Amino acid sequence: MDRIAFDIAHLLAGGLLLVSFMMIYQDRMFALLRVFALHAVVLSLSVAWQAYQQGAAHLYVTAAIALIFKGIVIPTALRRIVQTLGIHREVETVVGVGLTMLAGIGLSALSIVLMLRVTGMADVFTREDLAFALSVVLLGLLMMVTRRNAVSQVVGFMSLENGLILAAAGAKGMPLVVEISVAFSVLIAFIVIGVFLFRIRERFDSVDVSALDEFRGDRQ
Amino acid sequence: MGLILALVVQGIQMLLVVALAPLLVGITRKVKSRLTRRRGAPLVQPYRDILRLMRKEVVLADNASWLFRVIPYMIFAATWVAAALVPTFATGLQFSWTADLIAIVALLGSARFFLALAGMDVGTSFGGIGSSRETMFASMAEPAMMLTVFSLALIAGSTQLSTVAEYMASPQVGLRVSLGMALVALVIVAITENARVPVDNPATHLELTMVHEAMVLEYSGRHLAMIELAAALKLLLYVSLIGCVFFPWGIAGSDDGLAGHLLGAALYGAKLVVAGVLLAVFETSIAKMRVFRVPNFVGVALMLALLGTLLLFVSRSL
Repeated sequence: MDRIAFDIAHLLAGGLLLVSFMMIYQDRMFALLRVFALHAVVLSLSVAWQAYQQGAAHLYVTAAIALIFKGIVIPTALRRIVQTLGIHREVETVVGVGLTMLAGIGLSALSIVLMLRVTGMADVFTREDLAFALSVVLLGLLMMVTRRNAVSQVVGFMSLENGLILAAAGAKGMPLVVEISVAFSVLIAFIVIGVFLFRIRERFDSVDVSALDEFRGDRQ
Repeated sequence: MGLILALVVQGIQMLLVVALAPLLVGITRKVKSRLTRRRGAPLVQPYRDILRLMRKEVVLADNASWLFRVIPYMIFAATWVAAALVPTFATGLQFSWTADLIAIVALLGSARFFLALAGMDVGTSFGGIGSSRETMFASMAEPAMMLTVFSLALIAGSTQLSTVAEYMASPQVGLRVSLGMALVALVIVAITENARVPVDNPATHLELTMVHEAMVLEYSGRHLAMIELAAALKLLLYVSLIGCVFFPWGIAGSDDGLAGHLLGAALYGAKLVVAGVLLAVFETSIAKMRVFRVPNFVGVALMLALLGTLLLFVSRSL
């Protein structure tokens, strides 16, 4: 087992987890979008390293998709949406940053312990990728739960999907068709969410989703 | 003969840290001044300040207790011992078996405890504010420091600084994300503990947000000189700690000859200069934080250190 190869994989996957934490910590909109782009870049590096290690050419395609769509297209589009909608630059959170961080650390500890137990006989690369991927997914969910702003919920959703791709890259033999369809479904989800954002904004003059709580479906 | 030589090297190390500590402060101040287009005081100004304070008369408050007079020496002694334990230019010194990371944290912790007591001793409101804020920051910074120590110990298999530095200098350490996190955490802790800019402004005592200066406001004369020297030593300690753990290039081993030791000393000087310049650039490029944002800032260090330890558990259990 090549020690340095494992160390690099560990570094990249750990870096992805770290960037997830940075997203939870970040409370400004544009900085959040930049960190999200960084998340995608780290993900594509990690996937590319897996491709190199496994000798699987199709994983390079996955890495390229992650880099182009998630690293460039979606952050730029989100930035444009934020600009046209004139959304608040500061992101309102439901609970404080410190509490969210603690919850995040608890979640990642939980997922690491769980995944290392469950995947006892798998390959080393797969095990540590799966452990980190589950934490990234859980952190994405945590971000969707703790943010009030719809745009940052979208970012949370996208980062969750990044975790799924990391898991898929770690598990050997994921066919390319599945990955491409996942990538495009995320893109479509993004378009749908974008339309939604405009609708929410039109209806409530804000993208704070707590405004939705009072809406009971009565017609104007 | 060997014992005498070892004791001499250890003695040089102890004197070196005291001799260099004000110079590091001087370099940082000078670079900061130049960056803001001022000429700045000469590099030896901190030495002159300390000498001047030594000669000056001590003014004590009427209700100052004996503790107030003893504390400056205790702080200086604890910080000096801690700074002398950190390997600067050579590992494997005579007393390096005592150079345990946890012992260093404990020495610094007790120095801080006594400083906080001194802040409250005279009963001025400023001292109380300073002490309360210092302990608030320390309650976050110290766990972060301990967790960093744990991740270093997990990697190197020892909490003894000499062993850690030798392990880090060897090629078997590999590439580890935890080390990067530990580095960032340690830098944040160092900035917080040394009352540098985003947390506290070391250049003024005229702000309501000051922390360290508020605690030592009542000190004067040789007491203040001791405290200033201890503060400079603490900065040097953190710089040497970061240097010997994360950048241990050129540090002399126990079996290196005179040339190795001289090379180590020269490289150590270079590291100090680089650290002073970097600190000055960082301080110039950032604004001071609100006091109630500091827990978030130090919380990052705590989180990074915790995450680094977690990741180490992952990579070790595979």
